[in-house]
Amino acid sequence: MDNPVFRTEGLTKIYRTGDVEVRALNGVDITLHGGEMTVLLGPSGSGKSTFLNIIGGLDTATSGTVHFKDMELTSFSERRLTQYRRDHVGFVFQFYNLIPSLTAWENVALVTEISPTPMTPDAALALVDLGDRKTHFPAQLSGGEQQRVAIARAIAKNPEVLLCDEPTGALDSKTGIIVLEALARINRELGTTTAIITHNAGIQEIAHRVVSFIDGAVSQTHTNATRKQPKDVVW
Amino acid sequence: MRVLDRKLVRDLGRLWAQALAIALVMACGVATIIISVGSYRSLEDTRTAFYDRYRFGSVFASAIRAPRHLKPRIENISGVVSAELRVVEPVLIDVAGMTEPGSGLAVSVPDFKEPSVNRLYLRYGRMPEPDRENEVVVVEPFADAHGLRPGDTFDAILNGRKQKMNIVGVVLSPEFIYAIGPGDMVPDARRYGIFFMSLKGLSGLFDLDGAFNDVTLTTLRNADTRQIIDALDDILKPYGGSGAYDRDDQFSHAFIDAELDQLQAMSSIIPPIFLLVAAFLVNMILSRLIALEREQVGLLKALGYGNIAIGGHYAKLVVAIALVGLVIGSATGLWLGRGLTRLYAGFFSFPFLIFRQSIDLYVLAGGVTVAAALAGAAKAIWTIVTLPPAVAMRPPAPSTYRSFFLDQIQRLGLFSQLAIMALRHLIRWPVRSFLTALGTSMSVALLITSLFSYDSIDHMIDTIFFQADRQDATLTFVADRAPEALQAATRLPGVLRAEPFRQTAVNLRNGHRELRMAIIGLPYETDLSRILDLDFNPLPPTAQGLILSERVAEKLQLRPGMPVEVELLERDSRTETVTVSGLAQSYVGLTAYMRLEALDRLMRDGARISGTRVSIDGNEMENLYGVIKETPAVASIALQGNSRRAFRDTIEQNINTMMTVYIALAVIITFGVIYNSARIQLSERARELASLRVFGFTRAEVSSVLMIELGIIVLSAQPLGWLIGYFMSWSVVQGFASDLFRIPLIIYPSTFAMASLVVMGAALVSALIVRRRVDRLDLIRVLKTRE
Repeated sequence: MDNPVFRTEGLTKIYRTGDVEVRALNGVDITLHGGEMTVLLGPSGSGKSTFLNIIGGLDTATSGTVHFKDMELTSFSERRLTQYRRDHVGFVFQFYNLIPSLTAWENVALVTEISPTPMTPDAALALVDLGDRKTHFPAQLSGGEQQRVAIARAIAKNPEVLLCDEPTGALDSKTGIIVLEALARINRELGTTTAIITHNAGIQEIAHRVVSFIDGAVSQTHTNATRKQPKDVVW
Repeated sequence: MRVLDRKLVRDLGRLWAQALAIALVMACGVATIIISVGSYRSLEDTRTAFYDRYRFGSVFASAIRAPRHLKPRIENISGVVSAELRVVEPVLIDVAGMTEPGSGLAVSVPDFKEPSVNRLYLRYGRMPEPDRENEVVVVEPFADAHGLRPGDTFDAILNGRKQKMNIVGVVLSPEFIYAIGPGDMVPDARRYGIFFMSLKGLSGLFDLDGAFNDVTLTTLRNADTRQIIDALDDILKPYGGSGAYDRDDQFSHAFIDAELDQLQAMSSIIPPIFLLVAAFLVNMILSRLIALEREQVGLLKALGYGNIAIGGHYAKLVVAIALVGLVIGSATGLWLGRGLTRLYAGFFSFPFLIFRQSIDLYVLAGGVTVAAALAGAAKAIWTIVTLPPAVAMRPPAPSTYRSFFLDQIQRLGLFSQLAIMALRHLIRWPVRSFLTALGTSMSVALLITSLFSYDSIDHMIDTIFFQADRQDATLTFVADRAPEALQAATRLPGVLRAEPFRQTAVNLRNGHRELRMAIIGLPYETDLSRILDLDFNPLPPTAQGLILSERVAEKLQLRPGMPVEVELLERDSRTETVTVSGLAQSYVGLTAYMRLEALDRLMRDGARISGTRVSIDGNEMENLYGVIKETPAVASIALQGNSRRAFRDTIEQNINTMMTVYIALAVIITFGVIYNSARIQLSERARELASLRVFGFTRAEVSSVLMIELGIIVLSAQPLGWLIGYFMSWSVVQGFASDLFRIPLIIYPSTFAMASLVVMGAALVSALIVRRRVDRLDLIRVLKTRE
């Protein structure tokens, strides 16, 4: 695990609304390693989502740098950030963000059509055990199923990193565990570097490493000596 | 201000672009109502006032030579108020500075008193004195065209004698509000002049002392003109009466009627288009606004606001938009209406213009607009009113999509997932998609309906001037002459070819249907002036029988092979039966053709000709003009080349203004529909589109989802618009058809293309404006919120 995928130095994000200035990130230095599953913990407003958005190329930093492998994301133009997301990053969100007018299979194909080295949509859906639901529209799927389609869509491009913002936030414990199992399996079998945001402290036990955020800064980092299986997580 | 009203003001502030787009569509509706109804009223009121004050006649007739002592008999016809017996003669006019001879009409005015019928409005100067030789008053358009004022003179050939006419006044007549010269299709004030001189003077010049050849009657308001016409015909029959007619057949009156019909057609076709589109747009944005505010409405209901307060809140929003439209539309309508009325002032000769701004017009326009807006809002408001508060506070059930046939296509891999998204969304709301396409198609239809007339007129010019009447000039003799006159015409300088024609006024009758018109006799080998069959092929006049123009055959319900009664008005109404031998195309007037020899036989006075049609060597034009001005036998000359140019000029003057106005209207509809449609799509799909951006789709790719859907709507609107435009044009043509002229329904492919290009261009610009919003989507905020 010595190959750093993300390296941030002095990462700072300041939001200005009129005269009000909010420091969402205040000089964050973190390194995320290849194949590692990291859980980002912290209360609302602690800066973990802002961090994820910046390393995912959705937002830009006010100061500091982010390196993805040997590329400096913080110097990227809007166009290059789009290309970066397209080629390297898979996203999973709390509210799934599936396209309601596309079936499960088509939601996945949406991404495989534009990525350079995708797996087939069927393979991606099989990875999340949804091979039999592929012709269903999102409205015909349960929340957990929708989230697994979202995961299949995120990983179908064979991304180097999988960024998940509260992936189980809208789910009950039983469904949440199924989703976490899918994430763990992807990380294990494909070696995808995975970062999961949660404020559910129980989930941290499935990670290799846990990074805690408070007030826009990293308060502590620790490595789990032994990782729990998702099914053993106390919700 | 109540809190809900504050929300209203803020909502309007937020939705200003969409609200403005709708208000503009409404404004077009208001403006077109005010322009069409307002101009209709102005024109009608002006005409009525002019007629009333200047005693415009109700029945008109002419004769060859009738004694003046008939006056008491004519005035004794039941229903007749007064009769003005006049001398009216065609003349040639020669004004300094004009090389070509002009045509004109000399009309008598009674000596020492005002005419009892068709009084003159004296603009400058005074009326002619009976004992002062050759004093005339001329109509204002002719005076203005030549800069003539009292004290100036011009030459006229009256009954073969050249006379110097002294202008003492400039007048306007209710009889000649719209006047065109022989062979012309639009007024040409320079080449066609009407002047009035004393009865004594004019009678003397035409050897009509103690006689008259024209009579105009005023009648009681409810008099039966049909009976008066019959009685007058009986009186004038022995004196060469050529059949009396009422205002409907009076040229100037009938032409203004046609213009009034056109305005009425405009007011019944165009404003409803805008109001329907506006209602649809209101429905579209209000449904979306209410869908977005569903939970707020639930909350308001939970707080105890009643249905009327909530329904009223949204109704106020719509009424506010309608009021903005009303203000913009009223101002534009007022401005353009004045412009149109001024245009009429140039086209028609009125002494004054009544541009009445009555409040009721604005009340009508406002009422109709607000009603249309509320009708559009009704369904959306009803939805919200009937929603129980507990249901309203829950988010709506997610949209369900269906695969339809797309699954099969999907397997073929023809469409990208982005295209599938667009197609499924389109099919998900079929009614809305259809109405959006229909709204867009209305702009296409509007453009076609307003621009097709130029195609039709172009076709008419080609048919009339290049296929049928190909002569350069038509010379009409003072009276019918022996065929030798043709040789004389051939010898005129510059005349390359001369062809004779004979014409006579007739009444054609089939059972109880009858039409007053002229039969034109043409030689078999006629080449300059050709009869065209219904397929526009030259049709030589048949040895026997009568060829009728389509309109005449239609009105008399005649088909080839059927007999028709011909009452010869210039032969004491002797009636003969002739067989219809063919049908001809004709766009102007009512016509019937015969072989020259056949007409001679019918008339029983041997070979005679009424005039000749000539082709002229362009270089000899001036010489020819010079000779014709001195030729007493020529009563009038129609110069087809000048007519064609004048016609084209008039059309071209109008086409740019009209094009600009109609393109602006079409662009406003298209913008209203497409901009709102795109904004609503964006509002519904912001989340999806932001997700696409997150997955790494470029801005162009993300926008393509919207663009594909709008593109399909706009493209499918084109054939729909062509179809609707075609039918609207067809109904315009039907509404226009009169005995004076008929517009053929000709729409060139270029007009369809032009209409589509304008609309597609406007749609593209509207969509691109919305595209800029796609580019500025806030990815993070959209993803953090639940729909």
